[in-house]
Amino acid sequence: MKLHEYQSKQIFARYGIPIPKGKVAATAQEAKQIAEELGSRVVIKSQVLVGGRGKSGGIMLAKTPENAEEVASQILAMEINGLPVRKVLVDEAAKIEKEIYLGVTNDRAAGKPVMMASAAGGVDIEEVARVNPEQIIKIHVDPLLGLRDYQSRDIAAGIDLPREMWRTFGYIASGLWKAYSDCDATLAEINPLVITLENQLLALDGKMIIDDNALFRHPDLAEMRDHDVEEPSEIEARKYGLSFIKLDGDIGCMVNGAGLAMTTMDIIKLYGGEPANFLDIGGGATADKVAAALRILLTDANVKAVLFNIFGGITRGDEVARGILAALDEVKTDVPMVTRLVGTNAEEGREILAKANMITAATLSEAARLAVAVASRRQVQ
Amino acid sequence: MSILIDKSTRLLVQGITGNEGSFHTQQMLAYGTNIVSGVTPGKGGEWVLNGKIPVFDSVRIAVEATGANTSVIFVPARYAPDAIFEAVDAGINLIVCITEGIPVQDMMRVRNYIEQRDTRLVGPNCPGLLTPSECKVGIIPGDIAIPGNVGIVSRSGTLTYEVLYALMLEDIGVSTCVGIGGDPINGTNFIDCLSMFEDDPRTDQVVLIGEIGGIDEELAAEYIAAYMTKPVAAFIAGQTAPPGKRMGHAGAIVEGGSGLAADKIKALEAAGVQVAKHPEEIPSLVKEG
Repeated sequence: MKLHEYQSKQIFARYGIPIPKGKVAATAQEAKQIAEELGSRVVIKSQVLVGGRGKSGGIMLAKTPENAEEVASQILAMEINGLPVRKVLVDEAAKIEKEIYLGVTNDRAAGKPVMMASAAGGVDIEEVARVNPEQIIKIHVDPLLGLRDYQSRDIAAGIDLPREMWRTFGYIASGLWKAYSDCDATLAEINPLVITLENQLLALDGKMIIDDNALFRHPDLAEMRDHDVEEPSEIEARKYGLSFIKLDGDIGCMVNGAGLAMTTMDIIKLYGGEPANFLDIGGGATADKVAAALRILLTDANVKAVLFNIFGGITRGDEVARGILAALDEVKTDVPMVTRLVGTNAEEGREILAKANMITAATLSEAARLAVAVASRRQVQ
Repeated sequence: MSILIDKSTRLLVQGITGNEGSFHTQQMLAYGTNIVSGVTPGKGGEWVLNGKIPVFDSVRIAVEATGANTSVIFVPARYAPDAIFEAVDAGINLIVCITEGIPVQDMMRVRNYIEQRDTRLVGPNCPGLLTPSECKVGIIPGDIAIPGNVGIVSRSGTLTYEVLYALMLEDIGVSTCVGIGGDPINGTNFIDCLSMFEDDPRTDQVVLIGEIGGIDEELAAEYIAAYMTKPVAAFIAGQTAPPGKRMGHAGAIVEGGSGLAADKIKALEAAGVQVAKHPEEIPSLVKEG
């Protein structure tokens, strides 16, 4: 779960990281008021969870409160990469001498957190990593020990930070580590961390991503979720414990197991079709779960065929078949359905489905071929 | 021979009295796994499954009383890291964690703790292991695999069942099937299993089932090119997965241009691995092997 810049910076401030004076506004009027309170030049920053805010004109300077109101009303009317701007952050404008990158994230391969820093801050760090990897300092942190002071000094020295700033930098690095660790983040980054003309370090922009699996112990963070970035169908699916991702194709898929669900999408593509979604109904799929999944699939008007691919292990074929029938009873549809049931009680499951006028397939390839065929026939009609 | 589990496995079930735990204990017992004890804190002294299996309050007591050497964990995600630490500290050699949804920072702490000790963790978020006709630890259905000489290692659950089943239909048997799990941080990786299969006299070929996310398959490809004498066939799921989206498994995500299926397939093919276009092709690749 991604946090907005203003949310991330509020968390950073709690850990002693210096951030610019500022407040978040939902209206141009509020933005003007905040600018008045700050009594200085301000930066108006759109709060949307996509990259490229600056390039899209979603970050602008304002010299006076009136100017701030004007700029804020422009930005609040914008849509950036498909997302509406609902809030702007009004920050005191900083006088920037130099921009640094500082972040901490999980290194999957190493199985450890890694703190990264670069003297080339303010730009896309993934781009720096690609083009000039030598400009990035990486230090792995033992998750049982936490970030040690000597590691912060190594990082400061590694990015050629003046010695007189090492102590302050150490506080910021250790604050960032604590924010990452306490909040169960998978990413906590300051980009840029600036050195101001007054020789102060200041976290100008911030970003945090929180581990969804850890939200059970962070109810305060869970409340910060911004639903604008999610498809309504994905939100609906989560309510039923379904793992669902909307795609652009026309063949709906319902599968048990994530790996098999991805594979089903791949095979549809292999036979010339396009999957409309990823959907893992999980183990022990009950009738109401299958019904919910089918309803969600069919809200997508693009769907011209549905492919059920169920490998019965713990999930029983007859149980899923009954679930599909119950779902069809509730969700009346003429979208053709192809089913493939294998494994535990598959035979019984197939008998149940045969009565429901469904196309059945024995193998995954056959199922995919049939689904692609019926979907394209429907397109022609 | 086989790898990790066989007839000498003395299994302990952590979370044995829960829904999942008790159902799968029954299944494993029916398969012939030697289950010696279970642990549920607060329920020590009880017996489950018609008085067949004793329950203890802690792993340490269960190990002392019953000589368990392997543990399988069916404990909810918020308690599972503690269950793993407990098993490590009780001296269990092999821990298999089925639980899905453990916070990733917890797993980093677990992994860094285990790396300093003489314990192997398989999982989490995995279906466990199966050595056909000898021992089943976890939730892989027992009736979809027959004994044989093909070793299987996979990041997935039902996709692995699909491959086991396709192999069985062609009368191809399996030495051991290891589900290493779909999480970004896990205890055992592809290379660990490849090296065990390479050393196992009963395994003649290996099937590797990977998916998008991370670079574990790329590292496996380097290892195969350098050290494996036995043929390896593979399948990689997620070629059509959009970037930046987590495809069900916490670890199945293409991030910053890394973790793409196409890169993994390229790396494996360059290492001499036959990569199947779909899982039903695997039996014929194994026959050619």
